[in-house]
Amino acid sequence: MVLLLSKRIGFMIFTMIIVSMILFLLLETGLTGDPATRVLGNFASDEQKELWRDQQGYNQPVVVRYAKWLGNFATGDLGTSIRYKGPVKEVLLPRLWNTAILGFWTFAIMIPLSLGMGVLSGMKEGSILDRTISVFGILTTSVPEFASAVFFSALFVFGLKWLPGTSSMSGGFEFKQLILPAMVLVVYDFGYVARMTRASMAEVMTSQYIRSAVLKGLPYRQVIFRHALRNALIAPFTVIMLQINWLLSGVIVVEFFFAYKGFGALLLEASLNNDIALLEACAMVAVVVAVSSQTLADIGYTFLNPRIRFS
Amino acid sequence: MNDKQEPVLICKDLCISYYTRAGEIPAVVDFSLTVKPGETIGIVGESGCGKSTVAMAIMQYMGANGGIKSGSIMFKGRDLTTFSEDELRSIRGAEISMIYQEPFASLNPSLKISTQLMEVPLAHETISRDEARERSLQMLTDVKLPDPERVMNSYPHQLSGGQQQRVVIAMGLLSNPSLLLLDEPTTALDVTVEAGIVNLISDISNKFGTSQIYISHNLGLILETCDRVFVMYSGEVVEEGTINSLFTWPKHPYTHGLFSCIPLPTADKNAAPLKPIRGQLPLPFERPSGCYFGPRCDHFKKGLCDQDHFRMENVEGSAPDHRVRCLRYNDIDHTKEASGETVQEPLEIGKRVLNVDGMKKYYEVKDSSLMALITGKSVRHVKANEELNFTAHESETVAIVGESGCGKSTFAKVLMGLETGTEGEIRHLGKDISDIEVRDRSTKQIRSLQMVFQNPFDTLNPSHSIGGQISRVIKQFGVESDKKKIFDRVMTLLDTVKLPRDFYFRKPRQLSGGQKQRIGIARAFAGNPSIVIADEPVSALDVSVAAAVTELLMDIQREHKTTLLFISHDLSVVRYLADRIVVMYLGHILERGSTNEVFDPPYHPYTEALLSAVPIADPEITKRKIVLEGDLPSAMKPPKGCPFCTRCHRKIGDICDNEPPPDQIVRDRHVIKCHIPIEELSKIAPVITVPETSERIQAA
Repeated sequence: MVLLLSKRIGFMIFTMIIVSMILFLLLETGLTGDPATRVLGNFASDEQKELWRDQQGYNQPVVVRYAKWLGNFATGDLGTSIRYKGPVKEVLLPRLWNTAILGFWTFAIMIPLSLGMGVLSGMKEGSILDRTISVFGILTTSVPEFASAVFFSALFVFGLKWLPGTSSMSGGFEFKQLILPAMVLVVYDFGYVARMTRASMAEVMTSQYIRSAVLKGLPYRQVIFRHALRNALIAPFTVIMLQINWLLSGVIVVEFFFAYKGFGALLLEASLNNDIALLEACAMVAVVVAVSSQTLADIGYTFLNPRIRFS
Repeated sequence: MNDKQEPVLICKDLCISYYTRAGEIPAVVDFSLTVKPGETIGIVGESGCGKSTVAMAIMQYMGANGGIKSGSIMFKGRDLTTFSEDELRSIRGAEISMIYQEPFASLNPSLKISTQLMEVPLAHETISRDEARERSLQMLTDVKLPDPERVMNSYPHQLSGGQQQRVVIAMGLLSNPSLLLLDEPTTALDVTVEAGIVNLISDISNKFGTSQIYISHNLGLILETCDRVFVMYSGEVVEEGTINSLFTWPKHPYTHGLFSCIPLPTADKNAAPLKPIRGQLPLPFERPSGCYFGPRCDHFKKGLCDQDHFRMENVEGSAPDHRVRCLRYNDIDHTKEASGETVQEPLEIGKRVLNVDGMKKYYEVKDSSLMALITGKSVRHVKANEELNFTAHESETVAIVGESGCGKSTFAKVLMGLETGTEGEIRHLGKDISDIEVRDRSTKQIRSLQMVFQNPFDTLNPSHSIGGQISRVIKQFGVESDKKKIFDRVMTLLDTVKLPRDFYFRKPRQLSGGQKQRIGIARAFAGNPSIVIADEPVSALDVSVAAAVTELLMDIQREHKTTLLFISHDLSVVRYLADRIVVMYLGHILERGSTNEVFDPPYHPYTEALLSAVPIADPEITKRKIVLEGDLPSAMKPPKGCPFCTRCHRKIGDICDNEPPPDQIVRDRHVIKCHIPIEELSKIAPVITVPETSERIQAA
């Protein structure tokens, strides 16, 4: 177990270093255009650019610059944002926190809902309940977020006038403003996870060990809860862990639509404004989240599946 | 058995159907059965005959599309077909329990054995968890599992197949049921493990007084475990009776057919060839009127057998419960029905084509545990083949026998060039091929070394036609290049394997298992190979189909003078068709010699145990019972001395544990690898004894 963990963590660090190299090459070197032009604009004179390069240390060898850059990153110095005229850290952290809140509520509703519905429809394949849930799942998943955002806004904001149309939280945190963005995300993701769960549950229900559990004379509840669920939830678990990655980039549309000040909106703004330092920080955050959620998924998987744990 | 006691189960005029889009499909027709307390009933038949459907109907677990159309299933006086879900639950697992074909699939992979055992009494009785645990432990001891505490705390995948099946049996017996249903309980297990389970099953009825219904396709197993037997064909019982009356004097032509399809350990291919049943099992909606077996029966009489569907009747002059569904059983001369009508000349053995000399195959296994990293032993060897020596000649059939994990398939892989040998050589027609991979071999070499695989269902490409697949092989082998000639060659091959020529245009899914295996054989023989390796070619097939395929292989061998390397675990098949036998265990050859030499003393103790484990479907043959304890040791950590020392019943002492045994030459090419002197081994009585004079033999 210790070995597995250290292996996974080592692999995690390795992945992050590779990604950071690619990131550095793309944004900080001349490979994709002159960084000075990117920052100062097309109309800056050559002297201005040269001066900027000298100031920012761009005239040093690439390897030295990369080492410095990586060192700064590792010690928490993420550089200065041009757009926000301040340290990247101070801009990034509150935005990340906002997205975490949104993500938390999305998952808190989506996971129990989709697992529950998936299990219910997988229990009796082909039943009316199963068909209803399946059709509903396909329907919600096939409607893109920007469409459902418009639809829900029309319904709850302009029609029923129950909810506010923007979620900028300008007057401090208000739960009411979180409902619409979370709803759009839940509805979109529900169908996918529910259908995965259904497929996995349906497969387990036809397995021979479920037959032997039924023929042991166990109560139906026990067959489902003790014998079926444990095995049926292994596949959805990995899918859900993958949804964390999806959420981080998937929120861009939703956050922008509802003017929610989160990570996605920040990423969009950084790329629109050529804010290199901010862009790099955002990209690294995304990588860290992706890699660590996968490591967690792998470790969780070995706990759910004893065949892997004891081999 | 007590006749006065109330029967446990009475099935009366049971008809079971499946309802599909194509309409109603009758799976079981007119089925009646009475099980008395403590009695073991066998149901035997080929796949699709409805034997498992009967078991599921008794359990009332038919799935959404199955249903009982008419008749009743009375269990202790109450009709199971009228039970509610709750009532059924109180019966299942407590009064009737079931043991399944694949123990691994029927245990929940993510729950500990203890949980899966304890929930049975907890669900049916009001007892404490401690009591339930206590009882589970006791039951594990009763099914003779070593170290029950460890088993309790294990997950299913940590146990071997035999152990898993013992756990499933323990689970079935935990609530002391009055009826136990066993659906092919040993089919997925190795022969020596099977022998242990069969022993256990026959002990159960003595010890617990449980009635049993034993479902199997293997007549030999039925004979060893049951009191009465029901033979099923195409959804109906065609003959029933006590073991003695039915096995000694079968009356139904289908029962005769079944017996002629299984090789007895006394028979061989030349003196008594198998007689396969012609034709195929009819599909449920294509059953003929009158007798379902009619189209395949040699005694079919037009105007009599194809009229109305008829019922079972008592056999005159036999035991009162011997009944048969045949109108003509009195007109048939039953003494003439046994196999062995045509005697064939033995093949002349030709020149040596294969010489295996000191062949070794080790696999490297990387151990990445912390312990291995510290001690520096991170690479270990699995010794899959250790010093193989044997030869094969033209027209000869050499059987390689052993249980799973003995290294027989590894040898086949090295021979085929899918792996390369670690040491030693394999000379094929004088050329060493042990370290040439298949892609480096010449077309001629590949063509002359071909293989017939175990599972015909997976070896054909589902999206190509049969003709296309065989033509491709012919082209690849460079046998023919002209289109017309290739087509002609495919036609000849189809003739050779006795399939209709229009199969050229068929897709694999339109073929039955036996037909697919014939295509597999045609493919292997496409380039006139000098050696064909047949890896358990008939073990996935039904008895009557297997007999036909075996005979076909023999016929083709006769014609082409091919050397056949026959890999199998079934000693009765091996006895039937092999000229020479190689017995393998844990990568070693323990005994090799001609078929008669291996089947008669002196035996290697392992050969002796293997012979004893073969179920024999003849009540007149007696055999000594030797049941091996324990499981096959891991190939990663083989015993230091003799590989068989951990399970050997004739172990003579420390020498077996510490010193590798020598190859003792008994005679010529008969070699035994054992510490016990040949003189000692020669004194051992034969395992299988055939009576000099038998009722049947005299009648014939």
